[in-house]
Amino acid sequence: MITIIGNSVAAIGAIEAIRRVDKEIPITVISKEPYIAYGRPVISDFLKGKAKEEKLLSYRRQGFYEKNNVKLILNEEIISIEPKKKKVIAKSGNEYTYKKLLIATGGVPFIPPFKGKDLKNVYTFTTLDDTKKLMEISKSIKKAVIIGGGLIGLKAAEGLHAQGVKVSIVELMDRILSLAFDKVAGSIVENRMTDVGIDIYTEASTEEILDDGTGSVRGIRLKGDREIEGDIVVIAIGVVPNAPFAKSAGIEMNRGILVDEHMETNIKDIYAAGDVAEAKQFLYEQKMLLPIWPDAYKQGRVAGYNMVGVERIYEGGLSMNSIELFGISTISAGVHTPQNHEGYEFLSDLREKQYRYRKIVLKNNKVVGFIFVGDIDRAGIYVGLIRDKVDVSTFKDKLLKKDFGFIDLPYELRQERFWKRFLEVKDAACFESVCPQYTPEYTLSDSEVIDGE
Amino acid sequence: MSIKRVYPREEYCMGCRLCEVACITVHSESGDTIKAYKKEFPREPSRIWFEEKKPECFSFMCRHCDEPDCLEACISGAITKDSETGIVTIDEDICVGCWSCIMACPYGALKKKVRKDNKMVSTKCDLCIGRGVNPACVQACPNRALVFK
Repeated sequence: MITIIGNSVAAIGAIEAIRRVDKEIPITVISKEPYIAYGRPVISDFLKGKAKEEKLLSYRRQGFYEKNNVKLILNEEIISIEPKKKKVIAKSGNEYTYKKLLIATGGVPFIPPFKGKDLKNVYTFTTLDDTKKLMEISKSIKKAVIIGGGLIGLKAAEGLHAQGVKVSIVELMDRILSLAFDKVAGSIVENRMTDVGIDIYTEASTEEILDDGTGSVRGIRLKGDREIEGDIVVIAIGVVPNAPFAKSAGIEMNRGILVDEHMETNIKDIYAAGDVAEAKQFLYEQKMLLPIWPDAYKQGRVAGYNMVGVERIYEGGLSMNSIELFGISTISAGVHTPQNHEGYEFLSDLREKQYRYRKIVLKNNKVVGFIFVGDIDRAGIYVGLIRDKVDVSTFKDKLLKKDFGFIDLPYELRQERFWKRFLEVKDAACFESVCPQYTPEYTLSDSEVIDGE
Repeated sequence: MSIKRVYPREEYCMGCRLCEVACITVHSESGDTIKAYKKEFPREPSRIWFEEKKPECFSFMCRHCDEPDCLEACISGAITKDSETGIVTIDEDICVGCWSCIMACPYGALKKKVRKDNKMVSTKCDLCIGRGVNPACVQACPNRALVFK
């Protein structure tokens, strides 16, 4: 029997993998939240008023748990794991046994020990319940301060702005979205946000959340004694792995739960996946946290297969973000802003007035990262080039083209993507019988394609 | 599960773009080419990517992957893969236009689409599911440069 703690994307990835190979094995999912799995990042659209609650909750269609024969336990927080007895214990006192356990408890907001962090009207923004609280309070306030100019902070800013709240963002680094953007991309989006009336303070360190004298917030104080007013404060500095039960259970942790390439922890039969796990990276040697949605699914899937005895290896996490803010689409991936420039090659095209920017980073003639602002068409092809470690030296000059596509790849490379990955050579030769009346000089079946049969 | 896909044979493609016309027509409201192009706005985009650098050209679309990167990246759950047919489709009503699928798909198969109600969603090849036996692009190709196999 398989027990999964946590009920978001990594859990879903695991369930879907398990049920592809084993329709029978009992699966129990335990979640501290009161909801079925929901599209967590969609809470920003919910706050904006663009998506309704039902839409969030349709991340998997109605009947998902029943159809997959999953026992779902909500409102139950696991506080300890006893690997020797193979059971987990909830805050309520309930105990659940397992044969294989998946920890997919995600992350929780990181809250530094600011003075005033426990005041009334200090919020975070990572769950549906957080969002509901923010929506409620946004009706009766005028100003909000958001601490943290990362993805969560900016999405909270966009949502609150849409609710008619005057928003200020305070960011410690020299630019917003420092993980997903370089300085140029950051400033394009910053300008756009300033244009719509959002105040952004970069290189600004928060010292204290200020009390209005009644136990509620009135703003924050920055280093240098500058004060910024706000009726609420949203702390959006980032998330940290949510595994308070790991250490006492003997599960090895760094910043997150350390897992091998099967997503298994140092304790046999205990796996971890998603934002709580620290797994191998695709472009780096060391294990790292990578709290992004697509990789949480992939990790969950790898864990799921391995838990039912089908060996799957995690190919390594690749950071990528698709972020749309105030009508500007952006996608970035991989190593887009290396700290030490040595060994890297940079291609870029900036059209600031049009809010457009493309930057591609190469190392040893291979794409290792990129940032696209404004025009994001076919960004995935570049992610594919990173993953496949394609040598781009013969078409490097084409990479910045607005309509870059497979036509710019060498013939062999695109044939590989068109059909060789999916078909046997003999199947492809069958293509030829489809139109026997027409035999061009230059065909798919010439030279090594037929030889390889 | 072995899914049939549309394979481009670029040696046979002459760049007439009739596949795009067929794709736009079959996915239009009226199903009529003239109406689809002249009366329906915003016009349904072609779900095929036609690429050309003369004399080379081809049409390419979704591979309906066994483990689709687009589906994994989809934050709203709009993208699903049918367990029987293997066809990967997007539920436009659920899609929130976050473009995670555009980021994740190594085939660059997805496109932004503006709907009649001005909502922006992702769209891609659905193999003309529920619209007849063969995909419309394959039927329309005069030179059999697209093979459904």
